[in-house]
Amino acid sequence: MAMPSVPAGTPDAAELAPLGSRASSSYLYPLIATVVLFAVWELATRFGNISPLILPAPSKILATAVDHFPVLMRMSAVTAYEFVLGFGLAAVIGLPLGALIVYSRPIEMTFYPMLVAFQTIPKAAIAPIFIVWLGTGIMSKVLIAFAISFFPIMVDTIIGLRSSQPETVYLVRAMGGTPYQVFRHVRFPNALPAIFGGLKVASTLAVIGAIVGEFVSSDTGLGYLLLVANGELDTRLVFACVLVLTLLGLAFFFAIEAMEKVFVRWHVSARQAEAAASGE
Amino acid sequence: MRTTGQARSELAVVGAEPFVRIVGVEKVFSSRTRAALKALDNISLDIAAGEFVSIVGPSGCGKSTLMMLVSGLIPTTRGEIVIETSKVNRPYANLGIVFQRDALLEWRTVLDNVLLQADIRHLDRRKLTPTAVDLLARTGLAGFEKYYPWELSGGMRQRVAICRALLGNPSLLLMDEPFGALDAMTREQMNLDLQRIWLQDRETVLFITHSISEAVFLSDRVIVMSPRPGRIAADIRIDLPRPRKLSMREESSFGRYVAGIRETFQSFGLLKED
Repeated sequence: MAMPSVPAGTPDAAELAPLGSRASSSYLYPLIATVVLFAVWELATRFGNISPLILPAPSKILATAVDHFPVLMRMSAVTAYEFVLGFGLAAVIGLPLGALIVYSRPIEMTFYPMLVAFQTIPKAAIAPIFIVWLGTGIMSKVLIAFAISFFPIMVDTIIGLRSSQPETVYLVRAMGGTPYQVFRHVRFPNALPAIFGGLKVASTLAVIGAIVGEFVSSDTGLGYLLLVANGELDTRLVFACVLVLTLLGLAFFFAIEAMEKVFVRWHVSARQAEAAASGE
Repeated sequence: MRTTGQARSELAVVGAEPFVRIVGVEKVFSSRTRAALKALDNISLDIAAGEFVSIVGPSGCGKSTLMMLVSGLIPTTRGEIVIETSKVNRPYANLGIVFQRDALLEWRTVLDNVLLQADIRHLDRRKLTPTAVDLLARTGLAGFEKYYPWELSGGMRQRVAICRALLGNPSLLLMDEPFGALDAMTREQMNLDLQRIWLQDRETVLFITHSISEAVFLSDRVIVMSPRPGRIAADIRIDLPRPRKLSMREESSFGRYVAGIRETFQSFGLLKED
């Protein structure tokens, strides 16, 4: 069987395999996996008996994405605006609320059960209500993105702030430290790995929230474009939308991970990455 | 440097007023879900300025609780603790504290960990940095200032914790089983290092340990506590010349102290030999 696209990937992989322990391996392995996945997909659509209406070839999807580049960018800007704003709002409210719950028993008793109850409501189910309240514009999508990404940020902030070693707290108090200093020098820095865990989970959820909002009712954004394309049976454009959405979500996730690397270089997870990169 | 046990006990006598006075202290931990737990019962103890006092006792006898009470971090149920002239109801200002876990802040470098006190007390870091560097050098950590705690061994980490406690030149040093998590060899070295530092600085030390021989080796006085609720079962003065050497542990005078303390333990029904 002729394999036009696979040989392009395999010799490279064979050549680079002995270098597996090098820094490049952290990029190399996912790259190879992605190339193989798309190669199989491409071959399946070309040589398998699959209708392009059901599963278009990756090359066709890419061509469509290039053709529709301006509209995809315009729609991306709208969707990105919605999820970044919704996520930002979730961080700005979730972090302090988590801290308040840790520091105040009455606030914990008052709000925590309510927040957990709210979390169990499927956000897609109440999205239409948000549309009724805030209209079909951008703000209703921001609110849905916020509602869906807020909880992990708050919960991980609580877990992080509560996970300090008691001795470290005693130590600062024995030095005459105020509760604020205990927070600033011990509890908060100690909570950062957990907080970033929450932020990363929330970053992917915010994207889902924005799309759910656009699905329910909108006249712009990638979710809207996706629905329109679907209605016109333009499967290629649907996949192009999904592709762009995936790239957007990835970019957002890695932006947060880059921030994490700056703020919590000292943490175990960062150390392991560093050790792997230096080949230890 | 060349101080004998003789001179040490004279020094202790000169300070007529004890540096730390523990008077009739009792500590009960009460909880809504469990029965109240009496950890300490009627503890009275005077510690002279510059004295090195160890507390030994079986697990759960309230040794650590006693140290926490002296630190002012938790309140007594009954009785009082006086340091210098003031009653303890919050941490004493000139206190150094070392725990069994080094409690280093992972996000700070070795130097920044030692300088923690400067940040908490709003002191000038630049002025204290030479002191911190000097302390690290005295404990064999010269050149490690910029390292992060995770890059150090357990013994090195605990040295950093000790340097951090010594930064403000504390007049009272509280140590709660500081070497309990270290291997035997490192532990012996740490005992020697602590003795050397103490002989230079002469801070008052309250040292909690499980190890009888460690207590005898380091201390002017060893306090033996009974099982819970903790009471003082024996108060033994260790008259051995300083600086003490590891080889002294094989000498008969050292052995007699250790045997005496072990007998006290056996009188509790602990350390049963068939």
